[in-house]
Amino acid sequence: MPSLKDLKIRIESVKSTRKITKAMQMVAAAKLRRAQEAAEDARPYAERFNAVMAGLAASVGGSDSAPKLLAGTGNDQVHLLVVMTAERGLCGGFNSNIAKLARVKAQELVAAGKTVKILTVGKKGRDALKRDLGDHFVGHVDLSEVKRVGYANAQDIAKDVLARFDGGEFDVATIFYAKFVNVVTQVPTAQQVIPASFEAAEDGAASGTADYDYEPGEEAILADLLPRGVATQIFAALLENGASEQGARMSAMDNATRNAGDMIDKLTIEFNRSRQAVITNELIEIISGAEAL
Amino acid sequence: MADTMQFDLVSPERRLASLPVTAVMIPGAEGDMTAMANHAPTITTLRPGVLRVESPEGTSEYLVTGGFAEIGADGLSVLAEKAIPMDQMTRAHLDELIEEARTTYKTVQETDQPHGLVEDAAKLLADMEALGTHMSL
Repeated sequence: MPSLKDLKIRIESVKSTRKITKAMQMVAAAKLRRAQEAAEDARPYAERFNAVMAGLAASVGGSDSAPKLLAGTGNDQVHLLVVMTAERGLCGGFNSNIAKLARVKAQELVAAGKTVKILTVGKKGRDALKRDLGDHFVGHVDLSEVKRVGYANAQDIAKDVLARFDGGEFDVATIFYAKFVNVVTQVPTAQQVIPASFEAAEDGAASGTADYDYEPGEEAILADLLPRGVATQIFAALLENGASEQGARMSAMDNATRNAGDMIDKLTIEFNRSRQAVITNELIEIISGAEAL
Repeated sequence: MADTMQFDLVSPERRLASLPVTAVMIPGAEGDMTAMANHAPTITTLRPGVLRVESPEGTSEYLVTGGFAEIGADGLSVLAEKAIPMDQMTRAHLDELIEEARTTYKTVQETDQPHGLVEDAAKLLADMEALGTHMSL
């Protein structure tokens, strides 16, 4: 049975923990708003881009001379997994969910006899995958110094990936990130970026693209745009990830705050009980002492 | 008053402009072109240059470094990798861009990559420098 003093100290320590988690939750909420705004601002570009690319890819994709980035290298022996996670922890299952998805995929590929290479973005994913898949690491992008993810960061990652592709290091590239649905739900997602696959625009914009004049030719444009497409997709994923991370952290910290509150209640009850027990004990001692006289 | 069309200038990070315009001068990869309302649907890539936008409210200019423009039935969208309003443009900005182009040129030259990347980078560098003279900075 812990003494009264011990209980008091524990209550104080849980209280300060609650203060910290509460503060982290509020910081995450503010950051989440900013991250969501950034994701929203980036949407027009990505939508336009995909619509144009879908049209182009549909008209050029069939031909033999289609660029490698679109048509692929012709086989799928070597896979590059780009695993994007956060730089910080304390955000619930966010990092481990992405890492888990990537791990399952990697093990599947290895079991199927493929070669797997992993490029990690964000420290936490690297730590999570190091033990099982450390031998497959080919590189790491550190974003811990980056306060606000910009397009330039995505470009750097894309450049790295494209240089590896041009060097013939892999055939298929897939990015892993968490799609932001709402504050409590983030869906870990795998998305293939090379060879590029574009979803046809829903609003039928693709049907109109057939009559466009292209300057220079369609293929030249496609060759110019495909590398940008990789950067755009990575950028979109980074932004989604940013929002997801803050959302996950917010709900994790909300839970932690609530748990701390429950714990304080429990400890307070225990503290009061033992205080009463101590008083009762003292009374008994006094009374029996008086009776003995 | 001339017809107007919808014009959108978007960069990967945000939408920079969205307004009705009468004419837009686009620095296309194969030459400048001016798009006005009811232009034939065209998609063109951009070279680094100045995008001049004429709207009923006045004229504005942006420096764009690459990307593409899509002229469709419902208007014109310019998707620029980087776009800076001309009035915020300074020599320092340009120096930065030129420096970037120079580094790219150097790296592709050293690594000797295929698909005419060297020529592309050289052209990019030349474009950037020409841009500086054009702007008389």
